[in-house]
Amino acid sequence: MTTSVSFHLNGLAVSPDADSDTPLLFVLRNRLGLKAARFGCGNEECGACVVEIDGRARFACTTPLSALAGARLTTAEGLPDHPIGAALLAAFAQEHAGQCGYCLSGILMAAFVLLRANPTPDRASIIAALDGNLCRCGAHGGILRAVERAVASLAETAP
Amino acid sequence: MTGGPLPKSLDDTPALGRWISLAEPGRVIIASGKVELGQGITTALAQIAAEALEVRLARVTLAEVDTDRAPNEGFTAGSQSVEVSGAALRLAAAQARAALIAVAAARLGVDAARLGCDDGAVLLDGAPSGLDFWGLAADVDWGQPVADAAGVRPASAYRVVGQSVPRADLVQKRIGGGFIHDVDLPGMAHVRVVRQPFRLARLERVDSDWLARRHPGVRALSKADFLALVSDDEYAVHAAHAEADRFVRWQEVPGRWQPAKAPEGMVAAIGAEPAPATCTSTIAVRYARAHIAHASIGPSCALAQYEAGRLTVWTHSQGVFALRAQIARCLGLDVAAVRVVHAHGAGCYGHNGADDAALDAAIVACALPGRPVRVLWSREDELSRGPLGAAMSAEISAGVDAAGRVAAWTMHVTSAPHAQRPGMGGYANLSSAEAMDGAHLPREVADLPEAAGGGASRNARAIYDFAQEVRVAIDTRSRIRTSSLRSLGAHLNVFAIESAMDELAELAGADPLDFRLRHLSDPRCRRVLAEAAEMSGWAGAQATGEGVAKGLAVARYKGKGAWLAAVAQVTVAAEVRLARLWLAVDAGLLINPEGARSQIEGGAIQAASWSLKEAVSVEHDRVAAFGWGSYPILRFSEVPEIETRFIEPPGAAPLGAGEAAQGPVAAAIGNAVARALGARVRDLPLTRAQILRAVAGG
Repeated sequence: MTTSVSFHLNGLAVSPDADSDTPLLFVLRNRLGLKAARFGCGNEECGACVVEIDGRARFACTTPLSALAGARLTTAEGLPDHPIGAALLAAFAQEHAGQCGYCLSGILMAAFVLLRANPTPDRASIIAALDGNLCRCGAHGGILRAVERAVASLAETAP
Repeated sequence: MTGGPLPKSLDDTPALGRWISLAEPGRVIIASGKVELGQGITTALAQIAAEALEVRLARVTLAEVDTDRAPNEGFTAGSQSVEVSGAALRLAAAQARAALIAVAAARLGVDAARLGCDDGAVLLDGAPSGLDFWGLAADVDWGQPVADAAGVRPASAYRVVGQSVPRADLVQKRIGGGFIHDVDLPGMAHVRVVRQPFRLARLERVDSDWLARRHPGVRALSKADFLALVSDDEYAVHAAHAEADRFVRWQEVPGRWQPAKAPEGMVAAIGAEPAPATCTSTIAVRYARAHIAHASIGPSCALAQYEAGRLTVWTHSQGVFALRAQIARCLGLDVAAVRVVHAHGAGCYGHNGADDAALDAAIVACALPGRPVRVLWSREDELSRGPLGAAMSAEISAGVDAAGRVAAWTMHVTSAPHAQRPGMGGYANLSSAEAMDGAHLPREVADLPEAAGGGASRNARAIYDFAQEVRVAIDTRSRIRTSSLRSLGAHLNVFAIESAMDELAELAGADPLDFRLRHLSDPRCRRVLAEAAEMSGWAGAQATGEGVAKGLAVARYKGKGAWLAAVAQVTVAAEVRLARLWLAVDAGLLINPEGARSQIEGGAIQAASWSLKEAVSVEHDRVAAFGWGSYPILRFSEVPEIETRFIEPPGAAPLGAGEAAQGPVAAAIGNAVARALGARVRDLPLTRAQILRAVAGG
């Protein structure tokens, strides 16, 4: 059934037209032209599609459009406009984090959700937050260093 | 001048203008036949060209690899891109610079020796001359062949090469876009292919009525045993594909599948086999690995459009020219009527489903003239229906003499094929080619020749000084399709050799490090071993069976690439926990040190994942479709701390590094596990089940 579901996406109100059971991932990529959430497995097993919904990391591949009424979403496209997102993006560049890059937007979103809830996570907390995200290139070390660098830079700029 | 022979790429594509263009003011467009696979080659090649032309890196852009324009440099594989394409571009850029300076000298009426340049501006006696490269470019003969004549600056003068420049392509990939998956062509049809559950399975029945009722807007399109689902809407076709077993029936036709002819048992005999009589103690052991999935994090994707008699295919293939030839052949098109353009995909680590997806898209595009089509594979197909990394075994019979030296060494390698890329052996080697016409099934399979680094034979020759007898056989009896996975045979061969070296050291009562050095004259190999030992605090012979231990291994990739020594520290309880890795690498000159480190450490983690966790489960010679749940790979909570040290001997040429870690890391982990456990596991992966078996048997 085609319905119009309204929600906030990266700070803007949107009401995409699609069947209400369509997974958010296909709505983002094919209706709204936002490509940061990526298809990896369609089964909540890899994390390539992770987005933030109301402060929590969610798999866009299995979240139906109908579940989003009134929700506030952030995708990786929205990271540059948020202080935590901008710090993460800068730190990932400085640490040369990532190799092929396919997993990075989902990992950035998982890290973003973590840092919004806990601005000073230790390494164990960072690992726990990213453990649902797979990286086949073996870029884990640089990614962990990058999240730690973002934590440090945010601590410096904190009031 | 470098004095060596010209890179092969320049013999094939000599014209200067095919490599470098200054047609656009302020910009330098360079061309390469090598493609970005996430390994950072775009950045490394731009650094090389910027260095030789003495321009800022930001001015240099690598053109997309398009069969209409790019130099044909074969497959992007075997850690050859920096060595081969980099060498060609270095010479081309140096020659372009010299040609531009010569034009400037003629215009100014001065001796070229008085001229220099800075970021494209020509300097006369060190001061601006008013001329720049782009104003001079029209007077250069861009048809001149690139030779090794312009002179290449010494490494000590480098400003861009050797710097850890961030990868420009990742900026977009972090926040969305940048991949072939993200391309929207106007009016594009979305396609999913229902793959044969096993090779030469016959498409028995498609219930189109059921499909139409259940998934309106999705239609089936078939050609012999090729079956595609097509829709305007991606989710509709995705959902229909997920239910394919409800409306598609496949059939086994007895006798339809026949194994390919295997090459004669190849003998790579090195030296004479020494008399075993001199051995005081011997081993006769067998090491093995199962099939391994490439397991890209992004499923294979391709786009295609057939318009006005011309087919254009966008792909993340490693070899666009070979793919073009095979697509043309499979579809009965003239090669000139097919254009294949590379676009970035997720990391592939060898020959995965990328080429198969390209043919899928090409078939559907030809059936829907004028309409752009996009094919995406499912997760299950990506893991189980593309070519797999070949299962292998290596039997080693060896012994030590009374002096504690290796006095006998025979290694017999048996492997499924590693070399079944498109066009290899004269076959299409594309999944849907076999589905459209069973005659495409390969009848003969060869290994990669030694000159290309070998396939099953890669690194089968141990780096040590003792005499060796090595035999390699290709086993084609399985119908499971296998091809090149990062490092090919080197992963299992080095695992076998370096495990056996530890087993022999134990027989000789020697420390594994001392035992290796005893048989090793290669100074660069001794150096990486010594560095890795020093980094890890290698402390001679250690207690065994304590549950915690270090293991060590070394190899030179392909016998001619980078040297790498690894020390692994593991904890073995119910499972193996890889706690730390120390890596010492000699890859010669580093173009982008962070890029090289990323390749080495990424390769090490992937090798650890293969060796600790990965095996494709095969039953009745078939692979059942599987997902991440049944094929786990190493996670953030499981990756080790890694410390990497590069040794850069002065004046050393750059060597490919992307695959150097695979064998040594596997063997270092195996040796550490053997010491921690007091029993050796010779079958990869080193899972709990294998360990229990080894302990029970040991």
